[in-house]
Amino acid sequence: MTRFLLKRLGLAIITLFLLTVVVFAISTILPGNVGRAVLGPFATQESVDALNEQLGTDESVFVQYVDWAGDLLQGDLGTSLTKQAPTWDLLAPALENSFKLAFVAFLICVPLSILGGVVAGLRYGRFTDKSITITGISLAAMPEFVTGIVLILVFGIWLGWLPVTAQAEEGASALTQTKYLLLPAMTLTLVLFGYIARVTRAGVIEALDSDYTRTAYLKGLPSGVVVRRHVLRNALPPTIAVVAVQVGYLVGGLVAVEVLFNYQGIGLLVYEAARQKDLPLLTAGVLVIGVVYLVVTLIADILYAALNPRIRLGGAE
Amino acid sequence: MTQIDVTAPMTPPPSEARAARSERLRLVLRSPTVLIGTLVLAFWVFCALFPGLVTRYDPIFDNQFPTSLPPEWGFPFGTDTNGRDILSRVLAGSRSILVIAPAATLIGTVLGTALGLLTGYFRGFVDDSVSRLVDAVLSLPLIVTAILIVTAVGSSSRWVVTLTIGLIFAPVVSRTVRAAVLAETELDYVGAARLRGERSSYIMFSEILPNVFPLVVVEFTVRLGYAIFAVASLTFIGFGVPPPSPDWAAQINQYWTLIDPYWWMTLFPALAIASLVIAVNLVSDGIREIYER
Repeated sequence: MTRFLLKRLGLAIITLFLLTVVVFAISTILPGNVGRAVLGPFATQESVDALNEQLGTDESVFVQYVDWAGDLLQGDLGTSLTKQAPTWDLLAPALENSFKLAFVAFLICVPLSILGGVVAGLRYGRFTDKSITITGISLAAMPEFVTGIVLILVFGIWLGWLPVTAQAEEGASALTQTKYLLLPAMTLTLVLFGYIARVTRAGVIEALDSDYTRTAYLKGLPSGVVVRRHVLRNALPPTIAVVAVQVGYLVGGLVAVEVLFNYQGIGLLVYEAARQKDLPLLTAGVLVIGVVYLVVTLIADILYAALNPRIRLGGAE
Repeated sequence: MTQIDVTAPMTPPPSEARAARSERLRLVLRSPTVLIGTLVLAFWVFCALFPGLVTRYDPIFDNQFPTSLPPEWGFPFGTDTNGRDILSRVLAGSRSILVIAPAATLIGTVLGTALGLLTGYFRGFVDDSVSRLVDAVLSLPLIVTAILIVTAVGSSSRWVVTLTIGLIFAPVVSRTVRAAVLAETELDYVGAARLRGERSSYIMFSEILPNVFPLVVVEFTVRLGYAIFAVASLTFIGFGVPPPSPDWAAQINQYWTLIDPYWWMTLFPALAIASLVIAVNLVSDGIREIYER
């Protein structure tokens, strides 16, 4: 287990380093004059020069990367151009909001998807299975804003049950906040349902097909017990891995949902930074999203290993 | 021509291969979901090719009709704030996404397949370094990477969006192809080719590629679904085809803030996107099922 942990941690650090290289490389491919491109054609030459100096774009690419990465190592994510504040001060509250939304979405989504997957797996090949699977695939492939628009129309406008923006007023109670988060959370639930349910279903089918399940049936255990003790226990670990990957997706892939519901999360912040060509804020936001994903998948891998005796006890890697 | 003598028994005669292929095709088309998907897809492709044949009114010129009419007999989808028939705009709106998404997918599949062949065949240092880089790229959600690239390049023309999505897809495709190539290199025919002294490029592209090609096809159809997703999402947040194009996501970008009370300006383009996405996924799922059987 220790060897596995060390190896996994080492990999994560290498990937993190490459992530900074990739993000930096993309953000410096801007052709021509960065300051001019950011400030537009009507800015004075002095302000363009000043910005170029502030961003250090007159240095070589390598020096720029080392400067930038050095600042990162000291916890300095740069300064926003449009808001004249350290980017982390803007990113932290946005990240917290995104986590809140992701949390509510997961409370709804995970039990529902696992239930759907288990039912589909147990009814493998029948009508119930086919309808759950096809609905799941179709919803998973749908862009979030399409699902969100339909939900806004039905529950927000026609039925008038739920607020159509996600941002509750300042200082609203947790319950009110949750109510505001319900529509975007439902949107995310519909998108994620297919992914999670599909993996659970595959796990259930594989477990049902196994020798130990047959033995359990043949020794006369009631089917409820077989499903709970043998099928689910073996079918759920892969689901955990998928669920964790989706947390990473949720936090960063929220752009369209947060724009649609005007929710002040990290997706909306990245979107606004891009619209205003605030490159330092945009790069910092993208990097934070990548780091969140890496950390979450790292935790998921460790959790998965801890649940899997073959890895926990140090056999295979 | 010793080459042919060695390889001949390895691949079935062309007629047999063709029979297997048509058998597969028959299986694919027999599934009702694939059939429905194909029909819907064919409808939108037809609309994209011949918009003049399906629209009753011009989809772009302003003020042809009273503005913001709700759906009624003459205008089943209503009119928009610029006085255009929304039905005509929806029917004419499939073109840009049906050009951009497949083009991006093609770029991504070709690049990714080449990358997957290289990394899977050479392994070692090439494989390790590229794989880590792929991991790093994949830790960012597609839309976020796309926003970063489009902003850094400073323009979001059709070309930029197509290339961006193609480039982001390449690592994803390469990972799938690499896994298949790794399995292929264990097989005797690759060893035989090596013993014959074939060049690496010949072995990769003329020996291994034909054997992993079905997988590449499956990957293409699956990616196509994601490409539609990505292009639509980018356009919705304003990094894609600009108005007055009748593109569905561009219409939604323009009108969704008016959804209360002008719901018809947003709902019908949204349903059109939904129908296209579902159709592509039904087809790709059918194809995958047949190939994996």
